[in-house]
Amino acid sequence: MIDKLYNYLQYPFVQRALIVGVLIALCSSLLGVTLVLKRFSFIGDGLSHVAFGAMCVATVVGVSNNMLIILPVTILSAIFLLRGGKKVKIRGDAAIAMISVASMAFGYLIMSVYSTSANLTGDVCTTLFGSMSILTLSIKSVWICFVLSIIVVILFVLFYNKFFAVTFDEDFAVSAGTNAEKYNLLLAVIIAVIIVLAMNLCGSLLVSALIIFPALSAMRIFHSFKAVTIFSAVLSVICALSGMIISILLGPPVGSTIVAVDTVAFFICYIIGALLKRT
Amino acid sequence: MPLLQAEDLTLGYDSRVIVERLNFKVEKGDYLCIVGNNGSGKTTLMRTILGLQDPLGGKITFGDGLKHNEIGYLPQQNEVQKDFPASVEEIVLSGCQGRLGLRPFYFSADKALARENMCKMGIEHLSKKSFFRISGGQKQRVLLARALCATRKVLLLDEPVSGLDPQGTSEMYELIDSLRKEGVTILMISHDIDAALSYASHILHIGAEVFFGTKEEYLNSKAGKKFLRSKEEEDQ
Repeated sequence: MIDKLYNYLQYPFVQRALIVGVLIALCSSLLGVTLVLKRFSFIGDGLSHVAFGAMCVATVVGVSNNMLIILPVTILSAIFLLRGGKKVKIRGDAAIAMISVASMAFGYLIMSVYSTSANLTGDVCTTLFGSMSILTLSIKSVWICFVLSIIVVILFVLFYNKFFAVTFDEDFAVSAGTNAEKYNLLLAVIIAVIIVLAMNLCGSLLVSALIIFPALSAMRIFHSFKAVTIFSAVLSVICALSGMIISILLGPPVGSTIVAVDTVAFFICYIIGALLKRT
Repeated sequence: MPLLQAEDLTLGYDSRVIVERLNFKVEKGDYLCIVGNNGSGKTTLMRTILGLQDPLGGKITFGDGLKHNEIGYLPQQNEVQKDFPASVEEIVLSGCQGRLGLRPFYFSADKALARENMCKMGIEHLSKKSFFRISGGQKQRVLLARALCATRKVLLLDEPVSGLDPQGTSEMYELIDSLRKEGVTILMISHDIDAALSYASHILHIGAEVFFGTKEEYLNSKAGKKFLRSKEEEDQ
């Protein structure tokens, strides 16, 4: 087994895939806490469906790189949803539900009518649950993922204190002179980027898991923002790495394997948290 | 020039007017208590003072060198904060965010200020503790320390004793009073008319009848008498 893994690791495309996978896992875990606590998780879910629709369009149009269409569409939707959701809460929720189901339906419709692919079901399944293996990513996608993840990590570190302030208490932040609207917008854009990135790893239906599980696991055990952020990043990377290795060695689809590992990790953290509480 | 002056202020949401033609001013060192029944517009007034929403009419002007972001705000605790993973230290330090500007990180001067205010509030031993694991009274002290990091000029307190037990309540009032003696101007929204009358220097009563003046004037006013009577009846 170890020999087999060692063999695989000799290949540059395996190394690239692992590096990108780790970076994507790192990014997606960073904003988990903010997303969960700001009640943004539903926006994340809606956005991943929008990204699915965009991906279908991109596949049919046949652009050289899918990301060229998916990324701007998702970012624009994120900004739109955040703006719309702010004015009237209920209407915002309904708008998200509408946009997300509509883009799913249209995406599938367009795919089934115009796609020239012989394996339509397979294509759709890949978009929803991620590819069978992250190894199939093209070199171009690998580079885009690499650069975008680095940008997300840098932005997060630079605005860490602002994000904390805006998430913990938006009213106080505004009263202290912080431009909360600007940071909310930045958050929405980063979330959109993360979702598009994470789709490469585990498909649009499983994206939320990648974002939310590590944060929820960390919150079981740790109780300061910094500790939760660091632990969820570490945990996410470990889970993604083990998921990818299992997938390479044994052959299950990479996305669902990672999410399965994340789920197991959550239950372990849950138990540890419960034990810690008792003592 | 007063620190804060409201002229012909009309407050409300969208086009629904809650309070009309409100006039009052706050001088340096005042202790203004804002009282009134639920739904009378206390929270709306507070949000307008903080710049969280715009008035429908009239204006609020700041004087005496007071800037808009120099009002320290003690909010009522919201839902998000109940399970938010944050340590006391992190929350108090976030009070320094107005000093950050474009800097991404806090300097040691910010951290020293946070520590000083934690000591002042008597919560320095809790600094590593999680915010949702401490008592209600301690939470209020944490948020007060955060507000003090933001400013030493004006504090705006929204129901600072709601949910506290009698001992916590009197400790909180003593703490606020000691800050006022150090020269911090206090604006407090309160349900607790007794405390308002024992600590405040000025009263702003909003509702069907509007009153603004010193505490003594309030006790003799029509609005004051009526409000006190209704409170007494409530208590019985």
